[in-house]
Amino acid sequence: MLARIGVASLDELFEGVPASLRSRAELKLPPALDERALLRFFSGHAAENVNVQSSASFLGGGAYHHFIPSAVDALASRGEFMTAYTPYQAEISQGTLQMIFEFQTLICQLTGLEVANASLYDGASAVAEAVLMAARVTRRSRIAVSEALHPHWREVLRTYGEGVGLELVTLPLEGGRTRLDSLPGDCAAVVIQSPNFFGCIEDLGAAAKVAHREGALAISATAEALSLALLKSPGELGCDIACGDAQSFGLPLSFGGPYAGFLASREKFVRQLPGRLIGESVDASGERAFVMTLTTREQHIRREKATSNICTNQGLCALRVTIWLGLLGRRGLRRLAEINVAQSAYARRALARAGLALPYSAPVFNEFVVEVPSLSRKLERCRAQGIQAGVPIPRTRDDSREPNGLIVCTTEMNTRAQIDALARELAS
Amino acid sequence: MTAPGRSGLVFHEPLLFESSRPGRAGVPIDDPDVPLVDVARELGAELIRDDVPDFPELSELDVVRHFTRLSQWNYGIDSGFFPLGSCTMKYNPKVNETVARLPGLAAVHPHSHDDDVQGVLALACELEAALAEMSGLDRVTLQPAAGAQGEFVGVRMIQAYHRARGDRERTRVLIPDTAHGTNPASAALNGLDVVEVKSGADGIVHPDALARLCDARTAALMLTNPNTLGLFESHVEKLAEVVHAAGGLVYLDGANMNALLGVAKPGHMGVDVMHFNLHKTFSTPHGGGGPGSGPVAVKNALAPFLPIPVIRREGDRYLRDDEFPHSIGRVHAWYGNAGIWLRALAYIRTLGAAGLSDVTSRAALNANYILESLRDVYDAPHARRVMHECVLTDRRQHDHGVTTADIAKRLMDYGYHPPTIYFPLVVAGALMIEPTECESQETLDGFIGAMRSIAREAETDPGLVTGAPTRPIVRRLDEVRAARKPRLRWTRSG
Repeated sequence: MLARIGVASLDELFEGVPASLRSRAELKLPPALDERALLRFFSGHAAENVNVQSSASFLGGGAYHHFIPSAVDALASRGEFMTAYTPYQAEISQGTLQMIFEFQTLICQLTGLEVANASLYDGASAVAEAVLMAARVTRRSRIAVSEALHPHWREVLRTYGEGVGLELVTLPLEGGRTRLDSLPGDCAAVVIQSPNFFGCIEDLGAAAKVAHREGALAISATAEALSLALLKSPGELGCDIACGDAQSFGLPLSFGGPYAGFLASREKFVRQLPGRLIGESVDASGERAFVMTLTTREQHIRREKATSNICTNQGLCALRVTIWLGLLGRRGLRRLAEINVAQSAYARRALARAGLALPYSAPVFNEFVVEVPSLSRKLERCRAQGIQAGVPIPRTRDDSREPNGLIVCTTEMNTRAQIDALARELAS
Repeated sequence: MTAPGRSGLVFHEPLLFESSRPGRAGVPIDDPDVPLVDVARELGAELIRDDVPDFPELSELDVVRHFTRLSQWNYGIDSGFFPLGSCTMKYNPKVNETVARLPGLAAVHPHSHDDDVQGVLALACELEAALAEMSGLDRVTLQPAAGAQGEFVGVRMIQAYHRARGDRERTRVLIPDTAHGTNPASAALNGLDVVEVKSGADGIVHPDALARLCDARTAALMLTNPNTLGLFESHVEKLAEVVHAAGGLVYLDGANMNALLGVAKPGHMGVDVMHFNLHKTFSTPHGGGGPGSGPVAVKNALAPFLPIPVIRREGDRYLRDDEFPHSIGRVHAWYGNAGIWLRALAYIRTLGAAGLSDVTSRAALNANYILESLRDVYDAPHARRVMHECVLTDRRQHDHGVTTADIAKRLMDYGYHPPTIYFPLVVAGALMIEPTECESQETLDGFIGAMRSIAREAETDPGLVTGAPTRPIVRRLDEVRAARKPRLRWTRSG
């Protein structure tokens, strides 16, 4: 091979690199490991973590522990899916393309909207992209954001918004739900998460009406996607854009990623929608086939005038979501959602019976706030008992008191015995 | 040499929604051990939706066959040679999948107490240290979920750096004409203006051309090195000097790091900020378009601006630290695509220093071997030796009415994934070929044979090439129709 190239050594291939830049020393990295040693190394570190299978976990807050049927891993592991690239070459990417078309359809069905893209990085990036989209559509820059939007999502929204000069205005809460009577004028969008960060189901219909009265778009954000199977859809309630994270649909918790952001909207906004879109067409012999479409919105064509800089998104995660939804199906999905409601109803009663206060009376899906006196001490004790008791409500900057609110999440993965133990530990 | 492409039995497979049959179910779900509730009474009937209309109803076997058949219509690295330029389609070792699925990693909740995730935080720190070492830079964040998000973060940090110095007039980013489209889009997303830098006739950027564009408005130069022609930007030190002298910073698009491992460190070239594409250089799966992972490395001067949280070690304990007053903020809900960056660490630990520098040598060997084996039948825009990828064009085939797109489609019939086409934009009819280090000489010879054969067909029987492909499940797509009347979801009414 060297002879054909016309060099005497591999080193000569790098003659374009000035000598002053050539590394003389080897990289300082730990020694190479064979497969046995590698698995020993990672298993060792894995054993240092507490995971939701080895503990009784009531953690939610934007990442949910749900059942994943074996067929999801088996099918998503197929090399033809996993080691394929973005489907630019449609003729040999029909598997990925049809799957994403199905994913787009499922997201439309669940959100009650007309178009959905091929996924975004996560729920946080979906909210940010939804807001940037609303700003493009309305040519306004003020965004009204519910105080009960997931705090991390809000921080990501702020980071993205700053780049293009968006102003975020907070809509305060009352009784755990967003107050809609103080909407500032000239807003591009009203952003409401439902169920919100505190678990309460919001009145999206009212939010949409208020937004539309002011000429703003209504954006719903969903962290617990399973709720879409049971609750009236954002589209039905009048929202213009629905975004969120589909992690609940077959994606492992995996310390926060990779997850699958989704973004759906009314059809009339399709040219402002960021990210990849797959459309139906025909091939040269008239057969139905799928292809990336409306790519003139995208960075590889439009460069700095693109709707977003996003290119690679979460294709493999969208695949897992599509398989998972296919396996659960119409009745299974609804049933799983109902079981989640039953779990949280039981947990709320168990905690109330144990003497703990539930500060909000608004309806909830599978997570809710409970007030726990001496919260940090109780959390420590729960951890010692193998219980991840929940997500403590973050302290606000202007509140110096020790917060005692805990967000408890119960899914179909929790048992009655776990919930009873949680109530015992938090109350005693 | 016989090409690997064959026609075989594949299956027709309708959409999930079209195969749906009322009452069919995939996975059984038993009653919970808590009492079921009437959801309408529990939540209020006005909150509850009707059934999701037309949602699929399938058995587990229906679903398994559906996705198995769909997968067979795809081409992955596991299927065959995938020389997609600038995408580094290298083999994705299976052990990395096993690692990412260990319950002690895959079932870890991101809201867990720091003390409950010491193992995963230690692994994050180890990967950050390895990436810092390879980049020759000081600090690394694993938070960006993809290269494009890495670019957004890097450019934002550069803005924050200038602002912190009271330097508010720097609104321009200089980007060579060979750059990926993502670079200008990332600059625009940060509200910055893009100024294109023309590369020279030899395919690289020259300091005098750059100097003419640098001034007090320059925020940064965004450079890809080696560039998308596969050429090392030999003047990179001087380019950095020019930008620094004007008060700007240098950003490196790390898409092509596969050409630099153990050979040269960006930090030594004068680079201040760079992103990595772990799904390219470090073998994590491309997944049909993500998930990726785009860590960003910076010099110490930019460390105060890193996105929060930052992972730190304090004594024996690792923690996620949010207290960075100058941070650009958060860009991901959690700490990036952990399931992906763990796979990248597995790759780095498998290869070690010697293995990684071997990767780069072999990647360059394979790219130059292809270039020298095809130069006599396809035009190459430059005479120079390349690093990890090479660019050819359709200039000679054009005389016979055969274009780059035709060559790409014909390659499918031979059993190969086409190269990147019509990119970089500065080369008309570009075919950008990146073989990676993973491929044997036999595989490369097979591909070279197919390319030579297509060049012959272009002269003797061009219809074979312009009518391609014929072997895949579908023929060429009507993209115009898809865009003119977009049909972006299935509905019962059609």
